[in-house]
Amino acid sequence: MSAALELFAREARLAWGRGGGPLVSVGFYAGVATLLPLATGPEPARLAAVAPGMAWIGLALAALLSLDRLFERDYEDGALDLITLSPMPLELTCAIKCLGQWVATGAPLALAAPIAAIALGAPLALAPLIFASALVGGLAFAFTGGIGAALSLGARRGGLLTAVIVLPLFVPPVIFGGGALDAFASGLPWRSGFTLLSAYAAAAVALGPVAMAAACRNALS
Amino acid sequence: MITRLEILDLALARGGRRLFSGLTLNLAAGEACALTGRNGAGKTSLLRAVAGLITPEAGRISFGDTDPADARAQGLHLLGHLDGLKSGRTAREELDFWTRWNGGSGPAAAEAARRLEITPLLDLEIRRLSAGQRRRLALARMLSAPRPLWLLDEPLSPLDSGWRARFGEIMAEHLAGGGLILAAIHDPLPVPAQSVDIRADGVAA
Repeated sequence: MSAALELFAREARLAWGRGGGPLVSVGFYAGVATLLPLATGPEPARLAAVAPGMAWIGLALAALLSLDRLFERDYEDGALDLITLSPMPLELTCAIKCLGQWVATGAPLALAAPIAAIALGAPLALAPLIFASALVGGLAFAFTGGIGAALSLGARRGGLLTAVIVLPLFVPPVIFGGGALDAFASGLPWRSGFTLLSAYAAAAVALGPVAMAAACRNALS
Repeated sequence: MITRLEILDLALARGGRRLFSGLTLNLAAGEACALTGRNGAGKTSLLRAVAGLITPEAGRISFGDTDPADARAQGLHLLGHLDGLKSGRTAREELDFWTRWNGGSGPAAAEAARRLEITPLLDLEIRRLSAGQRRRLALARMLSAPRPLWLLDEPLSPLDSGWRARFGEIMAEHLAGGGLILAAIHDPLPVPAQSVDIRADGVAA
């Protein structure tokens, strides 16, 4: 148990400093949010309509940014070998790495998401739901993204490969999360979208580590 | 824990290419073995196969009466040519983490740091350390959590002659305490050791 906490602390700290960590992710997210009015035109009605959807596209892209270093750094410097030689199952190790990623970059993004959406004209009442769904969605992004990061280990230009593998896996949370926000904004029942998003995150947490561990073993062998 | 390492009729292949076959090697507690062979002969791959990272094509690797999964999880240290140290973290953070990860104790880590004379370097980032200092930190990591089987891949290469001799003393102590050492090496090992030369067509002891 203490080894798990130890690893979590290390991973969160490494993710925090990884390529600028949360500041870069949040900055990137702010950049995407700023581009939107420039691309679609500044009419408030139009912006308010697309703001929730933009929040999700930005989240998905920002989540991609720090993924390629999730396993790559440990793989390159040999630490992954040593982490594998431990009583802790590699599946649990991978899950802890993703949790560290989520806490260090997913949570700051979840805080930034409602601010960006409201700045674009989304109603203030939407903020709590944007925050909650971004937090849950971030969990799904971290655990599905980890699969892509592990699969592209050892490949040249692995970051690009990670994005191509992972973006299809990001589709369901974007649909469910964006759908829930849209439904809430138009006064329709939004719970089903949020529940499906949570279910997808739970499935990713349960199944992702198995795939990540298999991919890591394959990369190391 | 591990008191024997037995490798029987082992064959390894990498990327569809057979590296060697028919390798047999026996190591008992207190014994060391130097693996020699030209570059690319499969010395590193053999060490990784013993560590369980590579599945052999044929043959058997066993650790006496110890279950292989237990032996690999808690009974061996692997020191590769990569040190497994994060360049952006301080030496102390890395030593502390690995000590706890490997189930070692704080006092043992402090003693290991003193022994390898890295105590004054502990607050530096890993990127500020020289290759030899990094290797000494990696050795301190091994000493901080005692495990019987050491798998060493070119352990001496970044060390200067003084530290090679000191590391020889550390290895001799490890062997005297019932440890086992399997080392891939080009220079002679600084402790008495059997020697196994890896060649593509088989193995000459």
